[in-house]
Amino acid sequence: MSLVKITGLHKHFGANHVLKGIDLEVAQGDVVALIGRSGSGKSTLLRTINGLETIDKGELVVDGAALHDGKGDLRALRQKVGMVFQQFNLFPHLTAGQNVMLAPTVVKSTSKREAEDIAKEMLLKVGLSDKFNSFPDQLSGGQQQRVAIARALAMKPKVLLCDEITSALDPELVNEVLAVVRQLASEGMTLIMVTHEMRFARDVGNKLIFMHQGRIHESGDPKTVFAAPQTPELAGFIGAVQEA
Amino acid sequence: MFVQFTTWDIVRNLLEAGRWTLALSLIAFVLGGLVGLAILFARISKNRLLQALTKGYIEVFQGTPLLMQLFIVFFGLSLLGVDVSPWIAAAVGLTLFTSAYLAEIWRGCVESVPRGQWEASASLALSYTQQMRYVVLPQALRIAIAPTVGFSVQVVKGTAVTSIIGFAELTKTGSMLANATFQPFLVFGLVAAGYFILCYPLSLYAKSLERKFHVAR
Repeated sequence: MSLVKITGLHKHFGANHVLKGIDLEVAQGDVVALIGRSGSGKSTLLRTINGLETIDKGELVVDGAALHDGKGDLRALRQKVGMVFQQFNLFPHLTAGQNVMLAPTVVKSTSKREAEDIAKEMLLKVGLSDKFNSFPDQLSGGQQQRVAIARALAMKPKVLLCDEITSALDPELVNEVLAVVRQLASEGMTLIMVTHEMRFARDVGNKLIFMHQGRIHESGDPKTVFAAPQTPELAGFIGAVQEA
Repeated sequence: MFVQFTTWDIVRNLLEAGRWTLALSLIAFVLGGLVGLAILFARISKNRLLQALTKGYIEVFQGTPLLMQLFIVFFGLSLLGVDVSPWIAAAVGLTLFTSAYLAEIWRGCVESVPRGQWEASASLALSYTQQMRYVVLPQALRIAIAPTVGFSVQVVKGTAVTSIIGFAELTKTGSMLANATFQPFLVFGLVAAGYFILCYPLSLYAKSLERKFHVAR
């Protein structure tokens, strides 16, 4: 029984056919790394999983919440799917604690006290329990991104989507964020991440998906796939990344 | 028939007239703000018809002189058989004018909230109304304060135009006094000072609010 099931998914941006029939299953506890060149459709695919991009055709089911050809209950889907963005996107007018508390109180009608407990727990989990009352602009990029992870986790999602979450960070801040993700993975959180951190994808991921021209071009166990890519496109991509 | 006006008489008359300028400004700003808020929500709604109607409304009021708007309200309503006093016509005209400008200023503020804020709040399963209320509007409000208070200065100065349809506010009273006293430079100097006294604190207030909100952030 897969947690996320995508069947025959198509997506166009105008005349541009960006996703050309994606079939993908993700099981509970999987850590999936989506890689590929820019424009390959990996970010778009990720964003369709919580409805930030509409789906033209195909089916998406996450733990029972379904979209058929793009139609269905988006908010039900989004309660199952958390998302962390490249640019953090914290709410700048709220403190770190309030950022984490907002969705539980507003969407799930959790009491303020309970939401506060959840927020404290989540901030502790990402190592920022002392930053509850700090505003985003008082935090470093790495800290902001960890608050963003705590904010997503506070909704108790079944799966967490990570969209290049270390790409906007200074190099010395990347590891503190990756450490949090690594810990989540070890706790059994289901993760789907678009990433350029190939080593991280290999070490932490148990499934690698290489996107090419709107299709899943090659996939499998990261260690095997990295060691012996089956297609020239993936071999070329790995080569290009390693040179950089 | 000739009355001698002392400088104090002039000032006293202007102060009395200034109260009407102040009252008209307040009414136009408060009512214009309320109407403007309604226009804003229609303008940024997902309903195409509402969008088009409010876009047209804003463009008409931004694309015509305030004076013409007042003439049309004043004489147009009379033609329709509605007897409007200069006071009502001035209030209605300025309210409409203010609402159009504020709606457009505020739309700019809402749209300057980054897309990522919409996406982040959507990904947390907030509804459109919740996104607006908890995420977008609080940020837009912060951005809106300075231009809104700045625009209130335009409203105060805009009330001067209502003198043309015979509403006896500061400017109208000033021109009557100038005619009666043959001291136009003194009178209009005092009139200008009156507007400055009303407007300058608003500008200062805008600046202090801006600072306060900036620090709170």
